[in-house]
Amino acid sequence: MFPEYDVIVVGAGHAGCEAAVAAANMGSKVLLATMNMQTIAQMSCNPAMGGVAKGQIVREIDALGGYSGIVTDHTMVQFRMLNKSKGPAMWSPRAQSDRMLFAAKWREMLEANENIDFWQEMVKGLIVKDGRCQGVMTSIGLEIRAKSVVLTNGTFLNGLIHIGEKQLGGGRAGERAATGITEQLVDLGFESGRMKTGTPPRIDGRSLDYSKMEIQAGDERPAKFSFTDTPDLKKQLPCHVSYTSPEVHDTLKEGFDRSPMFNGRIRGLGPRYCPSIEDKINRFAERDRHQLFVEPEGWNTCEIYVNGFSSSLPEDVQYKALRKVAGFENMKMFRPGYAIEYDFFPPTQLWPSLETKLVQNLFFAGQINGTTGYEEAACQGLMAGINAHLKVTEEDPFILKRSDAYIGVLIDDLVNKGTKEPYRMFTSRAEYRILIRQDNADLRLTPIATALGMQHMEERIERVHEKEAAMKKIEKYLSKTSVSPDQVNGWLKQIGSSPLKQSVKLQTVLSRPKVHIEDLTNLIPEFQELINDIPADFVESAEVNLKYSGYLTKEQEMVEKMNRLENLILKDNFEYDKIESLSAEAREKLNHIKPRTLGQASRISGVSPSDISVLLVHVGR
Amino acid sequence: MIQDLTENIIALSTPQGVGAIGVIRLSGPGIIEISDRFFKGRNLTKVEGNTVHYGKIVDESDRIIDECVATVFRAPRSYTKEDVIEFSCHGSPYILDQVIQLFLRHGVRMAQAGEFTLRAFLNGQMDLSQAEAVADLIASDNAASHEIAMRQMRGGFSDEIKQLRQELIEFASLIELELDFGEEDVEFADRSKLQGLVEKIKSVINRLLESFQLGNVIKNGVTTVIAGRPNAGKSTLLNALLNEERAIVSDIAGTTRDTIEESLNIKGIQFRLIDTAGIRKAQDEIERIGVDRTIEKIGSSSIVIYVFDVIESSPEQLWSDIDRFLEGSKVLTAGSKRIFIANKMDLNPYIRPEDYYRDGLISTDNLITASAKNKMNIDYIKDKIYDTVIGDPTMMQQTIVTNSRHYDALRKSDEALEAVLRGLSDGTTGDFIALDIRQSLHHLGEITGDISTDDLLDSIFSNFCIGK
Repeated sequence: MFPEYDVIVVGAGHAGCEAAVAAANMGSKVLLATMNMQTIAQMSCNPAMGGVAKGQIVREIDALGGYSGIVTDHTMVQFRMLNKSKGPAMWSPRAQSDRMLFAAKWREMLEANENIDFWQEMVKGLIVKDGRCQGVMTSIGLEIRAKSVVLTNGTFLNGLIHIGEKQLGGGRAGERAATGITEQLVDLGFESGRMKTGTPPRIDGRSLDYSKMEIQAGDERPAKFSFTDTPDLKKQLPCHVSYTSPEVHDTLKEGFDRSPMFNGRIRGLGPRYCPSIEDKINRFAERDRHQLFVEPEGWNTCEIYVNGFSSSLPEDVQYKALRKVAGFENMKMFRPGYAIEYDFFPPTQLWPSLETKLVQNLFFAGQINGTTGYEEAACQGLMAGINAHLKVTEEDPFILKRSDAYIGVLIDDLVNKGTKEPYRMFTSRAEYRILIRQDNADLRLTPIATALGMQHMEERIERVHEKEAAMKKIEKYLSKTSVSPDQVNGWLKQIGSSPLKQSVKLQTVLSRPKVHIEDLTNLIPEFQELINDIPADFVESAEVNLKYSGYLTKEQEMVEKMNRLENLILKDNFEYDKIESLSAEAREKLNHIKPRTLGQASRISGVSPSDISVLLVHVGR
Repeated sequence: MIQDLTENIIALSTPQGVGAIGVIRLSGPGIIEISDRFFKGRNLTKVEGNTVHYGKIVDESDRIIDECVATVFRAPRSYTKEDVIEFSCHGSPYILDQVIQLFLRHGVRMAQAGEFTLRAFLNGQMDLSQAEAVADLIASDNAASHEIAMRQMRGGFSDEIKQLRQELIEFASLIELELDFGEEDVEFADRSKLQGLVEKIKSVINRLLESFQLGNVIKNGVTTVIAGRPNAGKSTLLNALLNEERAIVSDIAGTTRDTIEESLNIKGIQFRLIDTAGIRKAQDEIERIGVDRTIEKIGSSSIVIYVFDVIESSPEQLWSDIDRFLEGSKVLTAGSKRIFIANKMDLNPYIRPEDYYRDGLISTDNLITASAKNKMNIDYIKDKIYDTVIGDPTMMQQTIVTNSRHYDALRKSDEALEAVLRGLSDGTTGDFIALDIRQSLHHLGEITGDISTDDLLDSIFSNFCIGK
């Protein structure tokens, strides 16, 4: 019934969809197996993509040929560039999406790909022979063969939903859990763990009084995620903001004795940065209010997502408390929030390619690795899909360095440090965030993906070349053209900047605080003419390069220092036990992680700088 | 810390302390060019490898630090297989330190323990068995040096750095909070508070940097000058303290024409005893030079032992000498400690020490009656010298930086904080300020051995309510 596939992807969430597309666009024959084809690319939690650090990841996915950015652009109802008041490293795109359109657009794009087949059924086991994964077994007993398998099970592995004192087996509200895979993997020698996450109630927008809330509109000139030619956002929906109060908190506290969080029924560890509302009022008792974001679920629905009110308290407590929030007095609930526990596999069991160390040709991506977030999942799916293909074609794995991309930071953190709580990306996790910005994701990554053999990159790479040429033109002009005190001193005085004493290059003026490239276009007509035909985002990238060149150079130097260690390769069979000058802890950790490079070894917790010096001696050059 | 093998490194290759010569070794790709900038003699960039050149080492303002001999080795024909320079200088710890500091200011960094050997291996100069020995050496050296660093000055240094680092992490987490969670309902610390915190941390780092001079003093010996009128018995006292006939003594006033330096170890602390020519109106040119040099020595010393002859000097005479020679010429700085020795007590046992007391200058705390010739009260004088160092809060209780590598790290940390302050006053956005804070944290971490940035997120999550 089935041919032998190159790659089988198990699960069709954000990780699974990107994995399928990436492998297919690399040239693999792919089967996407999901329990329910109606729920492909569900946004199980909030109807939004991007945000601080996450928006950068979506841009990187797009630059590498993934679809998350395109799907978001086609389906968003609101776009905001967050952190615009901060430096360019912090600018972070975020969009509210129409949940149903999002899933539909993903399915449409998957179906348009001739290399992808579909199968709707639960996968309950893997075919593993001689330490190599050769396919999957389904719940009705089918065996489907493949050269590589990517597991993206999300919260479905032995998923357990908690609402107050009630417990339901399930992978998502109204959907059953997946069983069998964890047990088999543990038998094979994998270590598994339990994690917890949660989601807030969905409510009826028709029952809300928005006049009592603050309005949060989208950007006046909304940008986009994708570097391809996706449609502009013409019309937007607003979000609203309301707040909890001491009264709301008191009502919630009444339910604490029935909370699975506090009575010990939930054992999995949840994320500290995405706490439930009960956790917030418990841990930060001094705060008398917490922010709630009222987010629309789409163009054609009244369903509302109450961001900030994630809870596993009994549904009656959630209901009673929410009704005390300003604007929620007559609130009607569609479904309560809940917490969900699920199995994950500590990601230190993976190579940086996301292939498991125990079973060859088996790849993990997404929440199964202990991460949280659509973007985190999607980028792992993309990388696992590419590497599953490269494994089939017996090529070297594709690994991004920490200085290449947030995706590199994420995977490097996972495989070297592991994670105790659901891992979310933050910009502070990236050492080189001034270099890896959302505005230059295409410049950083599109050429790499193209060289790797990713298909359908023509539009993106052509745009990269145009962008590079335009930036060069601008940078050349500003670094070569002088400006005299007469031309600019009046304006400098206006903005409170000290006047020029002699003529300087325009770049020098631009590098001052409070000076922007638009100021220069206003002052110098010749420059205005030069950039007339250049898209605004190209100009912006050029401005960043010039204005912050000092900081960029500083970070670049740090990268080069680090990369010298990244280029020192440690052999897989390196016998750490024989090196007595290593600390016992370092020996154990190094044996477990088996770092590929000395740089990677240096980031393993428990491996000290003097251990690295010792390794340096043994590796030689 | 993992060291970058393309950086230029420097270290003293001969043992610490006073010797006939001291050899400073430098290695790295740019080391000949850098050395040449401060070497007056042959142009080192033009000379052949394996050659030796006489010249002078000068600092940035062309001040001569020392005359020396430079040996030039060109890669790969050197110990490390890199370009190497060895300066053979005069063996004064002060001079050697000045030379090393000069290069540290110009892009050269202190070598790690075993680093020259490590480079030799990495560049293929050694085989593996030799290299393994080096690996063990590095490991043990690191452990030992860490232990020493911890013990040093009762752990004050390390604790202080740790505390600074913690404060800086909290500061950084406030900035990171703003960056990663700016969309959320969190309050941000105001910039002026942040500026205050950075200034505070900077002032502590600067104090540590200043104490570096003092720290070196302790390591190489506390300079202790023996001064007084001619024929007061200074050289006799030096011989008595050393318990050997080091200085020529005679009854003729002015026998000691130049300063004599000797090392003395009292209960584990090293002192550099300097016997000086007697201070009086010089009788001839040679003596005049000696007197000038004495006054100079007193000015740069940590302890002054002022010896007077109880037969020759009445209290009034002593006070006026002190006013004229010491206070008057302002060479007794506030930082230096004074011990007064009423010498030749054997000749007049009826002298009452309290007659010599003078408010704020001479008291029972620092006046000792003695007879250097009869070795009377010599041990008591030694105890007094020792207590002067141990009992002084500015010398002991305050943290003293003695390790050049630590000095280097502190200086870099300070530079990064300077950039933070600049950023704060320019209104630079948090992402750039955070870069400089991270650099500063990184350098402090080189001292404490802790360089992870996970601390930042932990600090955020434990202090702020995050999460929609």
